[in-house]
Amino acid sequence: MSDKSHDPNQMTGAAMIVRALIDHGVTDIFGYPGGAVLPIYDEIFQQSEVQHILVRHEQGAGHAAEGYARSTGKPGVALVTSGPGATNMVTPLTDALMDSIPLVCISGQVPTHLIGNDAFQECDTVGITRPCTKHNWLVRDVNDLAKVLHEAFYVATSGRPGPVLVDVPKDVQFATGTYHPPRKSDVHRSYAPRVKGDATQIRKAVSLLANAKRPVIYSGGGVINSGPEATKLLRELVEFTGFPITSTLMGLGAYPASGKNWLGMLGMHGTYEANMTMHDCDVMLCVGARFDDRITGRVDAFSPNSKKIHIDIDPSSINKNIRVDVPIIGDCGNILGDILQVFKAEAKKPDIKSWWQQIAQWRARNSLYYKKSNDVILPQHAIQSLFEATRGRDTYITTEVGQHQMWAAQFYGFEEPHRWMTSGGLGTMGYGLPAAVGVQVAHPDSLVIDIAGDASVQMTMQEMSTAVQYELPIKIFILNNQYMGMVRQWQQLLHGNRLSHSYSEALPDFVKLAEAYGAVGLQVHKPGDLDGAIKEMISVKRPVLFDCRVAALENCFPMIPSGKAHNEMLLPEQANDEATAKAFAGGKALV
Amino acid sequence: MNQPASAYFIEERHDPNETHTLAVLVQNEPGVLARVIGLFSGRGYNIESLTVSETEAQKHLSRITIVTTGTPMVIAQIKNQLDRMIPVYQVVDMTQTRRSIERELAMVKVRGQGEHRVEALRLADAFRARVIDATTESFVFEITGNTDKINQFIDLMRPLGLVEVSRTGVAAIGRGPEGM
Repeated sequence: MSDKSHDPNQMTGAAMIVRALIDHGVTDIFGYPGGAVLPIYDEIFQQSEVQHILVRHEQGAGHAAEGYARSTGKPGVALVTSGPGATNMVTPLTDALMDSIPLVCISGQVPTHLIGNDAFQECDTVGITRPCTKHNWLVRDVNDLAKVLHEAFYVATSGRPGPVLVDVPKDVQFATGTYHPPRKSDVHRSYAPRVKGDATQIRKAVSLLANAKRPVIYSGGGVINSGPEATKLLRELVEFTGFPITSTLMGLGAYPASGKNWLGMLGMHGTYEANMTMHDCDVMLCVGARFDDRITGRVDAFSPNSKKIHIDIDPSSINKNIRVDVPIIGDCGNILGDILQVFKAEAKKPDIKSWWQQIAQWRARNSLYYKKSNDVILPQHAIQSLFEATRGRDTYITTEVGQHQMWAAQFYGFEEPHRWMTSGGLGTMGYGLPAAVGVQVAHPDSLVIDIAGDASVQMTMQEMSTAVQYELPIKIFILNNQYMGMVRQWQQLLHGNRLSHSYSEALPDFVKLAEAYGAVGLQVHKPGDLDGAIKEMISVKRPVLFDCRVAALENCFPMIPSGKAHNEMLLPEQANDEATAKAFAGGKALV
Repeated sequence: MNQPASAYFIEERHDPNETHTLAVLVQNEPGVLARVIGLFSGRGYNIESLTVSETEAQKHLSRITIVTTGTPMVIAQIKNQLDRMIPVYQVVDMTQTRRSIERELAMVKVRGQGEHRVEALRLADAFRARVIDATTESFVFEITGNTDKINQFIDLMRPLGLVEVSRTGVAAIGRGPEGM
């Protein structure tokens, strides 16, 4: 026997993959087996350190890994086979790229000698996933595998986090080579994200903030990605300066919704006070957000009279949509710390009493107003009831995409980061149910609720089977209005009320469907029964499909008609037919 | 025209377009060129010229020279988007530094007889183009220079029997003793 056979670092490619997962502290992965990953599944079978969750569709594995990542701050891991396994991952990878979620996907590939031959279940996985990953690799030599796997974890979690994919041909999984634990030299020398902010820029920012008369802080998902320290410092900055703060959809929870400086979410369905404050401010501090088009509305009318400070770890976010005056590139936790330090040492906080008086007037417009009914459940009311019933509990919320998502953002108050999992950038219907699976795996004893719509939830409904198999007591709270509500809302506002294919005909009986999966089905029609039913849902220790029948034609307001400015919001009480017609005049372009 | 109702239609900035030459130093590994090109097509940037070759074999470094056009904001985006790619070491805007030399090589095939043939040779001489292939009825000229000079030469050859052109695209390097 040669010496090499005694070397514990000599192992097959498949064994290296499992070993690398363990070395990176991975305890749970989401996947689906197939021909090109069988050696890896064989290794998984023979160990107990990494738990594998079998999903029902690879898209579910990706979203579950995203939910896992967003709720823990750790990378999510998905394992899929070649060909369709890999192509089914394209949506979650893109979703994770848009929302900066650390995701490591390992895909099987046909053996190296068959690559390019149109082999069975072959596809150009690295080609297909190149634009939807932060980086990807095809490993052709088993001796490169350890290095690539370690680099994959580093790239996914450092700098601006994002999804990565490692494509491993089957012969590389079988081949024996040398493994090594993670080390610095595994990473491209060309990759070195900047963490520390430029001191001169930080001084400039503090000087602007200290002289502001009408300041606002606009925070985003970057604060949450940066970690608990960034959240703590953001709260400290708000506390110290007394500035008003709003946040993007992705940033909810970084500042508590019960905080006195909280303006609510901004953007297309943000509050009136948040958007007016953004529009009229004289100094804007953007922390870890990217001036997305759902936030800015019309760019040439976006906050026209303000000096803008932009903190972002990704230089390509600077001046992409909105020109800013003081860009600061680096990690937002790090930079917030520096700003606070310089502010406290060298500047006085400005007097902004009259600004708060102005904001109070905007708040008084009560832009989230809706009219409750005794006969029919209003979706906003359903979310508020859910919020009240879960307040103070250890709760995680995921959502699908559409009206219910916006109502959840408006009416569910998030007090902590990592509690809110939603598909912001890509807007992936079908995200919430598998994401809830992932969150529940990470937090087995917590209450995990997917606030869903009747249309979205059917896109990944098959993962109910996963939830039942692993006894994950996720709650799928469906606001069932029998429409693709947001599509219908746009059709009503922009397309002459021609409701083209936005009605959910032939909906399944969700209660029976739940029972068919071996889960619990609940249905509620009347406002009076809502609280009791929610209580029951929470107390059941099994997966629940909750069919909440809500007012079918309720629409989501306030709203900045797309292409309008922040100060041209449509408030709920104004949203009669004439006003909406006027607000949306001149265009039929659906976004 | 009425105000469009979609945010996607209001990107109406009228900054003038500029042409920039970017030198991009990358790790020479499979797929790196596809990443760079994919970025341009995926985000709708222009490529006017692109050259790529390994420049330091031991270190596996390749240099990509890209000529692109866009508004100043778009050019800045392109640089930042390139720079954040994992295998990209450095992006230098050769146009912004204003201290760079740009060269391109073209091979130009011209077919003709009599006065046209003499005129083609005479012009080639004036442009310092070399004859690298000749038959009794054709020449292949090799010409090196900046893009304008080559365009001008090709325009002059057109009426004299231009058959085809093969160009390398632009390569650029900074003046002075310093490297990139």
